[in-house]
Amino acid sequence: MNNIVSLRDITVEFDDEKILDSIDLDIKDKEFITLLGPSGCGKTTTLRIIGGFLTPNSGKVIFDGKEITNVPPYKRNVNTVFQRYALFPHLNVFDNIAFGLRVQKLPEKEIIRRVGEMLELVNLMGYEKRSVNKLSGGQQQRVAIARALVNRPRLLLLDEPLGALDLKLRKEMQIELKRIQKSMEITFVFVTHDQEEALTMSDTVVVMKGGHIQQIGSPIDIYNEPVNSFVADFIGESNIVSGAMIRDREVEILGRRFECVDGGFGANEHVDVVIRPEDIKVSAPSEAKLTGIVESTIFKGVHYEMIVDACDGKWKIQSTKAVEPGQEIGMRFDPEDLHIMKKMEEHRR
Amino acid sequence: MKGISSKAAAAPYLIWMAVFIVVPLIMVAYFAFTDESGAFTLDNLANVAQYSNIFIRSIWLAAISTVICLVIAYPLSYMLSGMKAHTQSTMLMIVMLPMWMNFLLRTYAWMAILGNNGLLNTLLGFFGLGPYKLLNTQGAVVLGMVYNYIPFMILPIYSVMVKIDKSVIEAARDLGCNSVNVLFRVILPLSFPGVASGITMVFVPAISTFIISRMLGGGGNLLVGDLIEMQFLGNSYNPNLGAAISFVLMVILLLIMTIMNQFGEDDTENDRVLM
Ligand SMILES: Nc1ncnc2c1ncn2[C@@H]1O[C@H](COP(=O)(O)OP(=O)(O)O)[C@@H](O)[C@H]1O
Ligand SMILES: [Mg+2]
Repeated sequence: MNNIVSLRDITVEFDDEKILDSIDLDIKDKEFITLLGPSGCGKTTTLRIIGGFLTPNSGKVIFDGKEITNVPPYKRNVNTVFQRYALFPHLNVFDNIAFGLRVQKLPEKEIIRRVGEMLELVNLMGYEKRSVNKLSGGQQQRVAIARALVNRPRLLLLDEPLGALDLKLRKEMQIELKRIQKSMEITFVFVTHDQEEALTMSDTVVVMKGGHIQQIGSPIDIYNEPVNSFVADFIGESNIVSGAMIRDREVEILGRRFECVDGGFGANEHVDVVIRPEDIKVSAPSEAKLTGIVESTIFKGVHYEMIVDACDGKWKIQSTKAVEPGQEIGMRFDPEDLHIMKKMEEHRR
Repeated sequence: MKGISSKAAAAPYLIWMAVFIVVPLIMVAYFAFTDESGAFTLDNLANVAQYSNIFIRSIWLAAISTVICLVIAYPLSYMLSGMKAHTQSTMLMIVMLPMWMNFLLRTYAWMAILGNNGLLNTLLGFFGLGPYKLLNTQGAVVLGMVYNYIPFMILPIYSVMVKIDKSVIEAARDLGCNSVNVLFRVILPLSFPGVASGITMVFVPAISTFIISRMLGGGGNLLVGDLIEMQFLGNSYNPNLGAAISFVLMVILLLIMTIMNQFGEDDTENDRVLM
């Protein structure tokens, strides 16, 4: 697959502060790629670079092999669904969606046909004459999507489009958006700070923090092989402990040695070890190298979530069997459940 | 409970409106339809007809001034709304500054500038030009109106423009608009309510002004305002005729404003929700 957009060494500064720092990113044609990261990490800024609303201080934007760094937004075959929709308050639903086509001066007959298609796609038939100010959040959001898609862009940028919706509607729209992306064969660049949303919808996830890309990969790769403790922590609930590599495939944590599957670190190199709550198995204290006292047990629907006090640290464990608080348990994990990663100084828990 | 308390709170305003708006209106109507002895008559209204040329001149000069104000104020407000917040307040200050000066003084200043031996003609004289007759012309009257009333055009347009969501403008650019398209398809329609109130706020005082025309227009360019003033304070004392002229002027303004509102109603149904 070809790259539709490439960002090369993009740096953006506001008030002498680096908001984006040497961003390199390739976006493949027709993929669903998600920028994921905490608020303020530069996701919107990255979209604005691709959309053409912001010129980077340095670096290049390449679209279909051609440099477009200084091309204004209206000349780019890219459309945007804005963070707060930004619908035209003076136009009704139909005219909002038709806006781009009217600017292109298409014949009215074709405009009516294409807007009709879009209304059907986003399930807003019969709402043509409504004022956009009188729509619900979910409906406004669908108008915003239709208004962008009607122009048949090669690339659609979506800035936290589901952020304002309640959970149920959010889930529905996730499925809806995915369906639209597949059926129209458009590249989606989706922005969210919700890791679950990113994992369920994307082909590729880009994890960002403080203007840097931390990791690019498929949802499964990102979840299973986080490159550092920040990604591990952000992508799901994790237990992160410091450790040291004894040799390849053996790591020491909390004064105990464990078998693992990672290698390639220096001898005695300090590392972060990530263990997912669902990977920890509860056993009798005598059967485990690591033991702890259960502090609390909460029923979470599918499983119980327990906080365990072990070796002066709190551990989160998910288990289908509940253990009464106050009891001692053993904690075991398989070698492949220990994720070893290079030490990151900041963002420790 | 709530209804009673809000009614009570509105009472001072209702009394104010009754005393200072409704009562004067009734008095104008009363004088317009009576003679000196207080008997009902339509003669006053009939007499107004002989001043139709003054009415036409007033409407015409007020309309020209309003258009000039709009042409200057609109781009100015647009530029203002795009500036840094801090620059915006400084610029607004400069726009308002002349209004802090007494109205008469401001207009006298223009007399000094435009007169035959005034500043402008002296300057032109250095280049061997003129002197031109600048003062006591309709042009001078229009200039005076524009100068005095332009803040009333700038403020409403500006305050609507700064409220336009920047992301809506970005959305328009995203959907293929260059700057000209953005102006005509988004900014113009969204700023229309400001334009409408700006037009009202300039046109109404301009049509009934009386000092500007006298000072800058000389005796030959009397306006309706001067005519009314003369009936009350001048040698041709006739309050009944003055009231009748005022009455006709109000009716004309009412008609013009109704037409204006009708015109704006077509496509701005949604604007009011936003503004
Ligand atoms: N126009 C601007 N001027 C100054 N700082 C800005 C501007 N736009 C964004 N920033 C800063 O850049 C950082 C990243 O912003 P943004 O890209 O909007 O983050 P995100 O979308 O990931 O929440 C934030 O710290 C924000 O304050
Ligand atoms: Mg953002």
